[in-house]
Order: sequence, then structure tokens, then C-alpha cells
Amino acid sequence: MHSTRSSVTEMTAPLLSIRNLKTCFPTRAGLVTAVDGVDLDLYPGECLGIVGESGSGKSVTFASVIGLVRSPGYVAEGTIRFDGTDLRNLEAEQWRQLRGRDIAMTMQDALTALNPALTVAEQIEEVLLAHATDLPRKGRWEAARARAVEMLRLVGIPAPDKRIDDYPHQFSGGMRQRIMIAIALSCRPKLLIADEPTTALDVTIQAQVLDLIGDLRRELGMSVVLITHDLGVVAEHTDRVAVMYAGQVVEIGPTQELISQPKHPYTRGLIGLIPRLSDLDAPIKPIEGQVPELIGLGGICRFHDRCDYRLPQCRSDIPMVAVGPGRQARCIRAKENLS
Amino acid sequence: MKPLALIGRIAQLLPVLLGVSVIVFVMMALTPGDPVEIMLADQQATPEQAQALRHDMGLDRPALERFGIFIGNALTGNFGLSFFHRRPVFDVIAERLPATIELTLAALLLALAISIPLGVVAAVKKNRLVDRLAAIGSLFGVSLPGFWFGIILIILFAVQMRWLPVSGRMDFACEVAPITRLMTIDSLLRGRPDCFADALSHLILPALTLALPMAAVLTRVQRAAMLEVLRSDYIVFAQAKGLSRRRILWRHALKNALVPTVTVAAIETGSLLGGNMVVETVFGWPGLGRLVVESIFVRNYPLVQAAVLLYAVTYVLLNFVADILYTLLNPRVRL
Repeated sequence: MHSTRSSVTEMTAPLLSIRNLKTCFPTRAGLVTAVDGVDLDLYPGECLGIVGESGSGKSVTFASVIGLVRSPGYVAEGTIRFDGTDLRNLEAEQWRQLRGRDIAMTMQDALTALNPALTVAEQIEEVLLAHATDLPRKGRWEAARARAVEMLRLVGIPAPDKRIDDYPHQFSGGMRQRIMIAIALSCRPKLLIADEPTTALDVTIQAQVLDLIGDLRRELGMSVVLITHDLGVVAEHTDRVAVMYAGQVVEIGPTQELISQPKHPYTRGLIGLIPRLSDLDAPIKPIEGQVPELIGLGGICRFHDRCDYRLPQCRSDIPMVAVGPGRQARCIRAKENLS
Repeated sequence: MKPLALIGRIAQLLPVLLGVSVIVFVMMALTPGDPVEIMLADQQATPEQAQALRHDMGLDRPALERFGIFIGNALTGNFGLSFFHRRPVFDVIAERLPATIELTLAALLLALAISIPLGVVAAVKKNRLVDRLAAIGSLFGVSLPGFWFGIILIILFAVQMRWLPVSGRMDFACEVAPITRLMTIDSLLRGRPDCFADALSHLILPALTLALPMAAVLTRVQRAAMLEVLRSDYIVFAQAKGLSRRRILWRHALKNALVPTVTVAAIETGSLLGGNMVVETVFGWPGLGRLVVESIFVRNYPLVQAAVLLYAVTYVLLNFVADILYTLLNPRVRL
């Protein structure tokens, strides 16, 4: 159901195009390059999964896109083009207009992302009042409220006209996540960045929330970036996947192909972590070792220490190589048939 | 607020009041000095006359008995006669109270008006010049003694520049029929802007003196609370929503960061009562604080006891108000 999109969309111009992005954080131990030379394209209507463990740079990459890298971090290099605009040269007011209207974001934990002191009504209405130019001049507030109720209904909050005046803590975890999604989508953005949308949720609620995001994507025709550490989530809900490791993209390609035939040893390792229904007794094989410190790396494959297939030649900068239609991997042995 | 919780709060008052009564009574009893001697100081009274006066005021009875009588009367709302005024203590205090309330409220408003914006700006401009200046200002605010700061203000604005009156509460020319007995409000209600200006000019220096240490503390509280809030996820999310910086700061952040400030302010208002005694004395403000100071000097036991009890009740009530404000600002908490 998601399979052919990538080959079709690559004909059209990307909605978001990231080239050689570097985002750094000064620390006492030195300059941490959390994102180091990331290239990504996202096409209109596409759902791109970003997979990686904590510290792989997946969240920081998209915090860079929306211009909200936490201080003292900063974007050091690269270009980010969104819908024809260079995002690295925006003024504060241009950022304000872009965020929430064209690019929206949801965060991992809705409990901390929603303001505890403001009602849900206010938190949805304020986005509409800040961006929606099509609200009537007379009765703006009433119109915003009506649309807020409509958004809550769209994301499946029961009795939204009554519950809209409640505070976030009066809702369950799944409902809060839906509210956050309603806020993010209230101005019908072209791009939704969903950062770990299901990590804070029960497994049964996870599927509902992901289906909701998928349905709304088709309904609103937007692109979605689904950031997660869970390859299972990606397998079911994305068109393409980018696997990130230690601040770099190490493999990218159409979801089904990438999962069935991973080319990078790290991707293989991640897939080895998914329990198989056909063989539940098979042991889950952890990836030995740890992610390297992101200080002063270079001149070596970052997965080198943990890799079962390493060669002496891996002690050099490894470029991305094409390994099939729309597929790339950052490994000198990507074209070999490893097993 | 449930009625049961309210009753519990009121019940808490009783032990506090009893304890305060005992302490004040013992301290006054242990303080050297005899009100009768002070009263008769300039008069050629015979020992018999002094004894008669002492008997008249009940001071010849044993301390324990006097305490019992005081408690018994206090429970019925009778605080006795003020030694010097020869009028019920209750009336004397009621006469002086509005001036103190007016001064305290003005100081509280002033302290909030200074500290909330300053604390927010200091947090936003953390470690920059404004923040440093606010920190130095706060240090001065808590360190400078009120009487000194008050005198400096008088010298500067009243004596040198002659912008403001030296002392008192109102010019004699302004006779406004009382409504609330707060001069600023009454003069407005009676449509006398000239008297309002006069009342305000008398009020501003003592209120500023009283407000300064409180503003200093509240600025630090507001800054710390704001820094904490600005780190939270909902501020990042608010930014991601494309809200204006003004709305993020003054609505999203401040509504959460006000909680500690307001609760501390309510409790600190109690400490303004103590500050009142100094400030009212320096500025000749005809309020309760000055009355208490004068009464202590002349060993006017009934008045001091009643006033201290009033302070204690006010303090407990302010704590109660702090709790209520806390729940109002923080929808997650219910009493």
C-alpha cells in the first residue's frame, strides 16, 4: 500500500530538501556535532520515517529544520530548502509565520508539550488566530472556536464542544496526544514533523494514533516525517525510511525494500532486534558496543567498532553509495551479499 | 473550596491565636517599666493616687489572673480600654487601621508592579546587563534597612527637590467624607482629583520604602520561576505553533511562572506588617504600626496585645489567601 510512491514522487520537486546539514552543541568536553552532513529529501504527500537510537541526531535534524535547536546548539553548515524558501536565512517574523502554518510539529510527550495552565480551547484557538487568514473579520473568536471544536472532532475526541474548555490534565494520555495532533494540524500544514508520537503511549493506543496521523495525511495531503526509534512503527506507516547513526544518515530507501533487504550492517542489526512471529523462540540479537562520542569524529566509519563486517578500508570517510533504485547506504560493502 | 476544608482552616487559627496571646502577655509582663509611672511621670501624684490608678486599671492583680480576664474578654470581642486614650482598644485600632491597609496595599501593588516585569525580563535576558542590574538592585533591596532608605527618599524628594510632602497622610485642606476610609479611593469616589493627587503624593514615598525589600525578594522568585518555565517543553511547542514572542512570554510562560510569585507575595504581605512599624514612624503615617510602637513605649498593654493578635490573624489569613491563589493559577491543584 505504500510501495510505489517513492519512484513516482522522485519525478516531482521535493517539498523539503536538506543538504550537508551540520548542527553543533558546544559542551565542556568539546564541540559535539550532533548532526553531521545530513542530506535528505522529502516529497509532497510522502511519509518519511527517521529511525535511530537516542543521540543519533534524528530529532536535532528536524529541530534544525523548524529552527528550534535548543540553546546553546546551532546550525553550523548546510542548506535547508522548504517549498522554495531557504530556511537558513529567515527573520524571526518569517519563522513565526512559517511555524504552525506551513511546518507543524508534535512532541514526544503531550503531557509536557501542552501548557498545563491554559485550556485546550485556548491552545488550539491561538494557532488559528495567529495564522488562519481566512477567518472572518467579524466574529473571529467564534469562528476560531468553531474550527477548534471541528479539529478535536477530526482527531476523535468525544463530545469536543463540551470538553474543549477542559485543561490538558483532565484528558487521558492518548487523548492528549490527539489534542496535540489537532493543534499541529489546525492550520493544515504542508509538513508535519511527528517526533516520537507514540513513545509515551500504551501499545494499544499507539496504533490508533499512527493510523490517525496516516488518515489525516491523506485527507490533508501533507507530508509527514515520522521520527522514531521503533522500526516496527516505521515498517507499517511510512513510504521511505532513513536510518540515522551517530549524526549521519547511514541508509535510506523505500520502506519495504529496506527492511527486507538491509544493506548497512547497522540496519541489519536493528532489524535483528524485531521479534519474528514466525520464530518466536529465535533469540533477539543485540548490537554490541555503544554509539561513539560525537566529538572530533572523522576519517573512520562511525559504526566501525560495532560492525561484524569491518575491513581495514573502513578506517576512512565513507560516502553514501547508490545500492538500487532510490536506495543508498553508507558502507563500502553495501553491494556485497553479506550474511 | 469545600466547606469542610474551610472549617479546618478556621480551626487552625485557634491554637495560633492562643499561643500568640500567651507569648505577647508574657513578654509584656517581663518587660521592665510600669505604665502607671509613665502616665504620672510629669504630675506630682502621691503613692496613694498611683495605687488607685493601678487598681483602676487592674494592674494590681496577679499576672495569671490578668491573663485569664484578658482571654475571657477577648473571646467575647472585648479587648479592654486603652490605658492612655481611655477608650476601647477596638475603637482606637479601628481608627488607625485604614491608613495601614492603604499603605500596605499600595506597597504590595508597587512591589508586584516592579518585580513581575523585572523578573521576567531578567530571566529572558539571563546573564545580560539587565539581569545583572536586577540582581544588584535586589541585593540592595533586601540589605538596605527601611528606615535608612525612607530617610534618603525624604531628603531627596521632599527636602531637596520639594516634589513630595515630608510626612503625614493628607493635606488639611482635603476633607473628604469617608466611604472606604482609604484616602486615595475615597477622594476618587467623591470626585476630588485634587485630593487624590494629594493623597497619592503622601502615599508614594512610604509605599516605595515598604515595597522595596518585598520587590527585591519577588524579583528573584519571579526570575527563577520564569527560567524554569522557559526550559519546559510547552514553550518549545508554543514556538513551534508560530505564536508571537510576546504571547509566548506573557501568556504561556508567565501564567505558569506567576504561581510561586503570587504565593510568596501573599505570605510576604504579612512581613509588610512588621515593616509598617518602621516606615510609619519615619514618615509620620497615622497608621496602626506607629500606634503599636508608641504603645510599646508607654506600656499600653491592652492595645499591644490586641494589635499583635490582629497581626497573627492577618498572617494566618494571608497564608490561606496564598493557598487559594495557588489553586486559581494552577488548574491541576484543587483544595
